[in-house]
Amino acid sequence: MNLTIALARLLIFPGLLFAVPTAWFFLWVERKAVALMQQRIGPPFMQPFFDFIKLLGKTTPARSGVSGLLMKAWPLIAVSAAAGAVGLLPVLPLSGGFQGDLVLLLALMELPSICIIAAGFSSRSIFGEIGSAREAVLTVSYNVVFLLAVVSIAVSQHTFRLEALAQLPASPLRWLGVLAILVCLPAKLHINPFSLPNAEQEIYSGPMIEYAGPELAMWELSHGLEWVAAAGLVATLAVPHFAAGWIDSLLFVSLSFGIVLLLSVLAAATARLAIDTTARFYWRCALMFAGLAIASTLLMRLRA
Amino acid sequence: MNLWSRLMCSCRRRSPWIFHMNSGSCNGCDIELVASLTPRYDAEQLGVRLEGSPRHADILCITGPVTRNSVHAIETVYGQVCSPKAVVAIGSCPATTNVFIDSRVLDGPLNRHIPVDVFVPGCPPRPDAILQGIAKAAEILAERGSRPLVNEENQQ
Repeated sequence: MNLTIALARLLIFPGLLFAVPTAWFFLWVERKAVALMQQRIGPPFMQPFFDFIKLLGKTTPARSGVSGLLMKAWPLIAVSAAAGAVGLLPVLPLSGGFQGDLVLLLALMELPSICIIAAGFSSRSIFGEIGSAREAVLTVSYNVVFLLAVVSIAVSQHTFRLEALAQLPASPLRWLGVLAILVCLPAKLHINPFSLPNAEQEIYSGPMIEYAGPELAMWELSHGLEWVAAAGLVATLAVPHFAAGWIDSLLFVSLSFGIVLLLSVLAAATARLAIDTTARFYWRCALMFAGLAIASTLLMRLRA
Repeated sequence: MNLWSRLMCSCRRRSPWIFHMNSGSCNGCDIELVASLTPRYDAEQLGVRLEGSPRHADILCITGPVTRNSVHAIETVYGQVCSPKAVVAIGSCPATTNVFIDSRVLDGPLNRHIPVDVFVPGCPPRPDAILQGIAKAAEILAERGSRPLVNEENQQ
């Protein structure tokens, strides 16, 4: 993959130019699904766009020193990392990629969470610090499952290349891994029942509490891009690529949409869990999940 | 007015995020404000979102007759809302101090401390009236965004 193609993938398709409207669309689907579940009409189609533009036009409180600079930097790092993750997704067949891009994708998807933790601590607000601590506990809990699931899928198919993973036929183990990833996604995207770090009633939206204006807009955008990247990763792993390009892309987009719908309905139907319940849930029940996946990988290795 | 500021004006009107503050209210208006966000009245159609932090909000919704204890908090929170901002006084209490008038624990009405844009009278006002007040405040906010206020010394 040369530099021009890499830049085109990062900036045009499936990167920023495509991903930003998709992110707004997914944010709208999230809110609209909750509204429909509550028998409301819900926000208009362009609502996330209106929110974004409005936030760009607001002033930000003056901050001085290193922590002020850091607070400006975290949302930008989060947005660029999430956009980079979307840019790596193999939406188009034969789009290139390189050996090990799955590892890079996982690292880029993890960066927004780390930025959120750091942002909460740099804001020096007590609520921000509580939110960051919760986010850190949550990250440690779900990532064991998430990474084990992705790694076991990759090892069972003998490749860490997304393009190759997308083209190989799905095995039963892969479905188990996809299911484990789906269990982790609500925590990764901070939606109910695992919306602990940004709980608006208990800790006043946590790490975001001191953010205003354009910086808050960047956080909203990075949240939307995380939706696109996470739904795209699951769609990549779940849909095997066929020969015809447009069927693949259609399947990819519709499956991403389906995943967003599923997670939003789950968010609307559940209430927020306590942090200890969440940690226990991921460490006990979902660890078993990933253990099962590794066991079946080993079995398949023995049989082969 | 160029294209960007017209877009900004429209977006400000369609996306009012509110912060709810109680300045010693009897809880009647607070319940009605929450009722206006419930599925029955569905404020989200107007783009309204209840925010946990005043930093995120555009419109400050204040209920209650402004007790002495709450004056400092009101001024602080008003300063924490980033401009452009608007204030909606919900109920008769922040407008006139209502039945608590001449009480020695009060320092009301609200517009002695911060500029109020929209008064929603009633004891308590109906959720429809609160929604209308928020929509009116959003229009004021959109106009104010294109012409910034001169009096901004409360900004923290």
